[in-house]
Amino acid sequence: MRIAEFSSDALKTRLHTSGLYTQTGPFKIRIKSNSRPFIESLRFLYADYAVLDRQLADFHVALELQTNYRRWFHPQVLFKIDGKSPFQPFPNELSPPLFEWGLNWCIGTRAHHYLMLHSAVLEKNGKALILPAHPGSGKSTLCAALALSGWRLLSDEFGLIDTKSTCLVPIPRPIALKNESINVIRKLFPQAAIGPSFPKTRKGTVAHVRPSIMSVDQMDQPAQAAWIIFLKYKASSPVVLEPFDKAQSLLRLANNAFNYEVLGKQGFQLVSALVRSCQCLWLSYGNLEEVIERLDALDVTGYASTIDVHSA
Amino acid sequence: MPAQLTYTRPRELLLSCLAHPSLVINLSEIEWDMLLPLTRHSKLMGRLAERLIQLGIFNRLPARVQDHLIGSMRLTEHRQRMVLWEINRLERALKTSGTTVLVLKGGAYILARLSAGSGRLLADVDILVAHNDLDTIEKLLLSQGWEAVQLDDYDEHYYRAWMHEIPPLRHRDRCIEVDVHHTVLPVSSRYKPNPELLLTEARPVEGCQFKVLAPCDMILHSAAHLFLDGEFVNGLRDLSDIDLLLREFSQKDSRFWTRLLHRAAEMKLTRPLFYALRYTRRMLKTPVPRRAVVAAEFYSPGRRMARIMDALFERALMPDIPDVNDRWTPLARRLLLMRSHWLKMPPALLAYHTFRKSVKRWRPSAPK
Repeated sequence: MRIAEFSSDALKTRLHTSGLYTQTGPFKIRIKSNSRPFIESLRFLYADYAVLDRQLADFHVALELQTNYRRWFHPQVLFKIDGKSPFQPFPNELSPPLFEWGLNWCIGTRAHHYLMLHSAVLEKNGKALILPAHPGSGKSTLCAALALSGWRLLSDEFGLIDTKSTCLVPIPRPIALKNESINVIRKLFPQAAIGPSFPKTRKGTVAHVRPSIMSVDQMDQPAQAAWIIFLKYKASSPVVLEPFDKAQSLLRLANNAFNYEVLGKQGFQLVSALVRSCQCLWLSYGNLEEVIERLDALDVTGYASTIDVHSA
Repeated sequence: MPAQLTYTRPRELLLSCLAHPSLVINLSEIEWDMLLPLTRHSKLMGRLAERLIQLGIFNRLPARVQDHLIGSMRLTEHRQRMVLWEINRLERALKTSGTTVLVLKGGAYILARLSAGSGRLLADVDILVAHNDLDTIEKLLLSQGWEAVQLDDYDEHYYRAWMHEIPPLRHRDRCIEVDVHHTVLPVSSRYKPNPELLLTEARPVEGCQFKVLAPCDMILHSAAHLFLDGEFVNGLRDLSDIDLLLREFSQKDSRFWTRLLHRAAEMKLTRPLFYALRYTRRMLKTPVPRRAVVAAEFYSPGRRMARIMDALFERALMPDIPDVNDRWTPLARRLLLMRSHWLKMPPALLAYHTFRKSVKRWRPSAPK
């Protein structure tokens, strides 16, 4: 059974009472909530997610309306993990982005059995592409564009590296678009399932793209990384895709990981194994359609011809 | 010891698994679902994981349980690396000072390779120095990159005049806090153990020029803070420290219990020791010989009072999450906090301190 198959009322009842069990990639989550905006967004953004039976949950999370006097004129909502709240309360209407941040926080502070890159990850024909986040890189925009052009979304936020196989473990959650990129994606992909915009968050206006049903259904299938692409968005500049120095890549990727220091030696080994086995590239772009074409070609032609294309 | 467990109460589940870690092999998935958050919020997940590895049963646990335990071990190892590195930097900074420096608590358990150090989660470095050396050491650290955490004038004064430590220091390039102590308990406290006794009995450790407390002192120091400080954020972890120290030292030294009781009297820390033995036994099933129990009974606050303290400590020592709290837990915590202030300061100082703190609370934007 999928979340979308619940009627609005049945979902509400489940979230109010025993909680809803679902799974995102390797993590099983139990969710409870009485925040209406969150329940509606869950039904929309996580529509294709499976509903599970009661079992061992990796995260017990809740979005709870605060019961103080404010609820009468300005209701606030708390994100809770194991019944405790690590953050300040948010206005109730922002509960959907709060859930995304809260769950990211839970994973980022606990899942040290993975190396966790702060990267978007997509896959085509069994080969995964890692897009490390960097301020101004336009990672999420490009990630959404690729995910809406036939690439399988593994994650917009977490490059989860399995410490034994160095494979990328999918965790296909909604893609968070910020500010101008919301309209860019809307215009380019009118068919995209994008949730409501949330203005005035810490990161400006945020809206979420629902992951495709294909990405959700294949969340148990890891992929081997083939490319690491460091991005730079520059308005109206041509697409430049060129090889990037491996030593530099290693430093950048280590810096990009959430828990590189936590894993110590293992962190270094994993990052260097990744950099060694992948093609490391530098990409600057100003036009999404053009860059999608180039990255699609990458899949067919591989690394060698990329160099040719660039030098030609 | 029951072979099969069926727990419905989180409290029993957590305490039994800490007392007898090998029992976890029989837990159902639903019981693990209850146990994992409990161990995490007690800051004991890393320790439990290490013990399950030592017992050789880690690999027989469900894969998803192993993932959580591995994650917490990675985090613990990371913190331990950072703490050991900070100790290494402190050693270098104080090398030429000719002072004696003792590492306390978690850092000491790791340096001394005690079982309480394995999987021990820790966040800062605590050191103890002689009061005479305090100025030298503070100046040396401040001149080599450590910076004092900014406090307002009253707090700064309060630290300097009444506390057992100076305001926390932190090196500008690192995130580990260093607490420099010059005595065991706040200067104003009703309990006044003599820090000289600790320094003269200090033990060297391999591979480090700093020293650690002697076995009995380690337990008394930990007990004094756990049962007098009034804060229980890491309560169960600290109780578990004492449990492991008692188990380890009593096995290594046949006269340990006599020494411990004698030392408690010498240090004037008999009441905290009474509580330490009482609650490690009651909650973590620490094997304490009958004669030691009887001897410690002499330091009890009286049978009726002890029963009241049971109701308070046995609530406050549990992790503060809704799963284990009952309706009385908040009150128990509040009463213990009030008790700790009562013990920490003479009435006049307490009244003045409370006044200053409440003025501050009502004028949060007051200029510093």
